[in-house]
Amino acid sequence: MSNAVSALQGASFDGYCKVEEAGLTGMITLRGDLASKGVAKAVKAVTGAAMPGQGEVTEGAKGRVGWMSPDELLLIVDHAEAAAIVEAATKSLGDEHSLVVNVSDARAVYRVKGASCREVIAKLTPADTSVMQPGMLRRTRIAQIPAAFYLEDDETAVLVCFRSVAQYAFDILKDAAQPGGEVF
Amino acid sequence: MLILECPYCGVMADETDLHGGGEAHLKRYGPGSSDDEFETYLFHRKNPKGVHFERWRHVSGCGKWFHAARNTMTLEVYGTYPAQTTEPPKELVAKIKKKHPEWGGYE
Repeated sequence: MSNAVSALQGASFDGYCKVEEAGLTGMITLRGDLASKGVAKAVKAVTGAAMPGQGEVTEGAKGRVGWMSPDELLLIVDHAEAAAIVEAATKSLGDEHSLVVNVSDARAVYRVKGASCREVIAKLTPADTSVMQPGMLRRTRIAQIPAAFYLEDDETAVLVCFRSVAQYAFDILKDAAQPGGEVF
Repeated sequence: MLILECPYCGVMADETDLHGGGEAHLKRYGPGSSDDEFETYLFHRKNPKGVHFERWRHVSGCGKWFHAARNTMTLEVYGTYPAQTTEPPKELVAKIKKKHPEWGGYE
């Protein structure tokens, strides 16, 4: 099989926050009835994480699960294991009306590290980042592209966007984190 | 800036996160309807100065369609509700009626 590479192969930038491409990350889209027990069981089985509520992201032994819409979840897992997890989830869901797809190679992931990580993202998005806490996920836009972000901890924000706009996302994040651009 | 609460995500989404879908609660006239009805369905839209019901899509968020009731003159937002309905919720209509007794009501 060909050698898997992430969009910008770990590019990073040191501004007043550090912006780095997170490298290979496994991502799985799961669509189905989030209220159903079967879906919760499958999610728990493959990631170890509990079913997230509206606008939440939960963490388990094998990955994170983010709430994307009333019928969609994003599973963030190890890149190498993604295919096996898709298979396991599909099997566990059985007859349940659902869809599980490996979208790892369709996405780019960035980490913004630093005490002002909320501020750097706030420059690019209409979402209120000051209310964001670890465990919350917001799906919105940054500048002209759709993106989702959550906080790993108080000083690390993780931002997910489409791979086709990876360079654009990195460029605007770099710009927002430019030294001398501090707002507060 | 217009800010609406997405009834699915529960977040306050501003206009740039949303996409407008025009008037809400249109009744569709398709095959078998008269030419007049079809023309009305296709082209005739309300354009009130005051209370208006609209469709919006949370385009860069959950991607779902929802409805919003707002005032085109004062820009006040009365409320938003999911799109799985053919008419506005009774509580919302009552709330608007209380605020604007002169309002002719939905329809």
